[in-house]
Amino acid sequence: MNQAGFPLLSMLTFLPLVGVAIIATTGGEERVVASNARWTALWTSLLTAILSLVLWAKFDMSVSGFQFTETAEWLPEWGISYRMGVDGISVLFVLLSTILTPICILASWESIQSRVREFMIAFLVLETMMVGMFCSLDFVLFYMFFEGVLIPMYLIIGIWGGPRRVYAAFKFFLYTLAGSLLMLLALLAMWHAAGTTDIVALMGHSFSRNMQTWLFLALFASFAVKVPMWPFHTWLPDAHVEAPTAGSVILAGVLLKMGAYGFLRFSLPMLPDASQYFAPFIFTLSVVAVIYTSLVALAQTDMKKLIAYSSVAHMGVVTIGIFTFNAQGISGALFQMLSHGVVSGALFLCVGVVYDRIHTREIARYGGLADRMPAYALAFMLFTMASVGLPGTAGFAGEVLVLVGSFKVSLWLAVLGGMGMILGAAYMLYLYRRVMFGKLEKLDLKGILDLSPREIAIFAPLVVLTIWMGVYPSSFTGFFEASVGHMVEHHQAALAAAVKLAGVVR
Amino acid sequence: MNWMIAIPEIVLACCGMAILILCVFRKHDDGFQLASMLSVASLGITAMLVLSGTMGLGFHGMVVADRFSGFCRVVILIASALAVLLSLDHNQQPANASQKLARFEFPVLILFATIGMMIMVSASNLMTVYMGVELQSLSIYVLAAFARDTERSSEAGLKYFVLGALASGLLLYGISLVYGFAGTTSFGELAKSFANPASLSPGLIVGVVFVVAGLAFKSAAVPFHMWTPDVYEGAPTSVTAFMATAPKVAALALFSRVMVGPFGHLIASWQQLLVLISIASMLLSAFAAIGQSNIKRMLAYSSIGHVGYLLIGIAAGTEVGIRGVLIYLVTYVFMSAGIFACVLAMRRKGRSLERISDLAGLGRTDPALALALIIFLFSLAGIPPFSGFWAKYFIFIAAVEQGLWALAVLGMASSAVAAFYYIRIIKVMYFDPAEAAFDTRPMSLSVVAGASAIFTTFFFIFPAPLVSAAQAAAKVLFL
Repeated sequence: MNQAGFPLLSMLTFLPLVGVAIIATTGGEERVVASNARWTALWTSLLTAILSLVLWAKFDMSVSGFQFTETAEWLPEWGISYRMGVDGISVLFVLLSTILTPICILASWESIQSRVREFMIAFLVLETMMVGMFCSLDFVLFYMFFEGVLIPMYLIIGIWGGPRRVYAAFKFFLYTLAGSLLMLLALLAMWHAAGTTDIVALMGHSFSRNMQTWLFLALFASFAVKVPMWPFHTWLPDAHVEAPTAGSVILAGVLLKMGAYGFLRFSLPMLPDASQYFAPFIFTLSVVAVIYTSLVALAQTDMKKLIAYSSVAHMGVVTIGIFTFNAQGISGALFQMLSHGVVSGALFLCVGVVYDRIHTREIARYGGLADRMPAYALAFMLFTMASVGLPGTAGFAGEVLVLVGSFKVSLWLAVLGGMGMILGAAYMLYLYRRVMFGKLEKLDLKGILDLSPREIAIFAPLVVLTIWMGVYPSSFTGFFEASVGHMVEHHQAALAAAVKLAGVVR
Repeated sequence: MNWMIAIPEIVLACCGMAILILCVFRKHDDGFQLASMLSVASLGITAMLVLSGTMGLGFHGMVVADRFSGFCRVVILIASALAVLLSLDHNQQPANASQKLARFEFPVLILFATIGMMIMVSASNLMTVYMGVELQSLSIYVLAAFARDTERSSEAGLKYFVLGALASGLLLYGISLVYGFAGTTSFGELAKSFANPASLSPGLIVGVVFVVAGLAFKSAAVPFHMWTPDVYEGAPTSVTAFMATAPKVAALALFSRVMVGPFGHLIASWQQLLVLISIASMLLSAFAAIGQSNIKRMLAYSSIGHVGYLLIGIAAGTEVGIRGVLIYLVTYVFMSAGIFACVLAMRRKGRSLERISDLAGLGRTDPALALALIIFLFSLAGIPPFSGFWAKYFIFIAAVEQGLWALAVLGMASSAVAAFYYIRIIKVMYFDPAEAAFDTRPMSLSVVAGASAIFTTFFFIFPAPLVSAAQAAAKVLFL
């Protein structure tokens, strides 16, 4: 049995489905159903979040392997079983998912008015898929959750989205599906070569050089779309703009991390030679993403689109960090993923706040909001600064670590990657100036109200997290130091073995 | 003579004829309801007999009862029973009265088709194969034209008959060529004689190609698929629901047995052919289905694509491949039966609807039906955790194992394209403004749709029994 004493990860994964069952079986008048659905969803997700704190408390930071593991038979004769477990790399993402979900449900409390019951069901199913994906230690199980995410997200964008929601939903679905199907082929090929789909066993299996190349490309197709890396990112701005606020938050906060997590969980440890071989390619794409999408963000007139492009740029920094293969780079990437999850989620919530009031995301329609909404301006300022990477906020530690890591690889990589921080400051501050400062001229803005207690409740945990991650980052880096160290060692050992083998052959 | 081997078929034939006689002598009503109920009962009894029956060769090696035929026969019987249940309400609708569908011959014809299919899957001689194929086809020709007073149904029946007769001709010609060059039609003898590479001759290969063409026609694979959309659309929906399930199982099971059994040693000659047919089926269906506005036609194209995936397993020519085919067939039967239950439930003021746009806003007007459809559509698209994903998983394993990479990659690509037309229907149901609600669903459709949805959704929790059964069934073909 694991250190929690009970199947904690399975409970975290499937508890939201209990909420789904309760919501689905309630009937009656539409308003009552809607209110019941909201409260049930909130309580279920809060309960899950509280339960996930056990993970935080009991996680042993000194262990590099998997903890809280669970195993059950599924298709034992074919090497497939139900295996759950977390290590330093995945544990914080589980927490990120469980904490963002109740925030999202609160954020859609008033903005979702039609088909509330279905919305809440979709959201709780989404939570199950996200948590399950980060916990699964079997490739088939992972794939089920990874692709299962598509179903609720497709519906969330398509039903409750903006005017071009159908286009965005289709684009999201088909892009991601096309990528994941290639991953399925890679999964089958790995199963065929290793005879198991146990992730831990696959990490120990050494695939032939030639096979690694193909497997890497197949996995890359899936993860690069999910990250998203330039030039596979075009679905993201559409999906973000059209999705309802809560959908954008989860998309930016958790779903984008699935791609980078995939690189860390599969590509790096299982395919070390190919990862090394393709690293310059990844660096090129990432640098282009950082610079190009930052420039694109600068030109946006829609707030959500701007933040969406900034996400692509930030995720570019993450992929640079991952493929530096040193402890600083990977730790930085992980930290950047977490901080981006919190900060970009918060930024989308900020946009949602004014969108709920004025029903537009056009930057030009705003101006001088700081006058009427001081509390909002403060929160927005904090998240803007965190997104820029100001020391003392969440964004700082991750970017610096990635830069240090990339310096070790190449000076130019660090310089070009660092451009992202400068450009990021440009577009974020420009956004902030246009929305918050200036004269309050527009008539409908004059009567705008500051944050309601519900909205303060939404932002409070995010503000706390943003400052906490900035001021005392080691309470987060401590979680993954051991695992990252082990991963780097494993990578070096695998490369050394490959070199040795090449020497023997020669 | 080992009569016991064919007891299930014999009993089913007797039941069919008894029902026929019984209903002929009923004067005061059409006897449809009674005949249907009795048919379901006889299908159930037959399934029991199959499960408890003896194994071995019978009728001088003409038929064989092994685990493979047992597995397929049970699946066929279930599929036929589901089809009879699905027809219950549709055929008795007052609005369909002009088509005179509610006649007792309907379930009896399904029974006879079922006997044909059972013979197909338990054949161990090319002559038996032909007999089974013809019994099945002739019954279904009649069923397709069952609404004989309507133009569309008669056209569908005629088209199916003419093209089907051509295919039967091809099959028979192939069989006679094989017989001419090998001197036998028994599966066992054929396999033995082909084990020696010296026995290969061009004429024999031509014969095999003809047999493949005939079987490809019966399972509606490209380039022998042309009849499918028209027949699916024209035939009464309750008949289409039948055609989409049980005959597919029989045709693909027969295909598997013939390819890996008697022609197993010739794999080098036919593998390329099947790979080509499979790729063509998958790609054509993925692109052709996009433009369809009639849901029955769309499902016809979708079925062509699924045959393409099934052929991947046969093309691999291994135990793993055949296991994949069997798993796929089972999940496909439930997905198809379920989705046709939903199509049959598309009815306003008694009139049946077939356009995809008629589903607009179903998510609001009938959440339960929309949920069932979502499950079937995502499953057909192969999205986990639904059973359709597992079916694809077990099929593609075979392709990867045999190194058929072109097939695997193109199959994946086509399923990404195919996902588009499946999720388009979900878009219509959930994203579009609502239209008027459908009529209340009859019990029988709810039961079939509900049961299929439960199977499709929860298959992933306990896949092991089915996978083991399929494994055991596939194994006997390679002994």
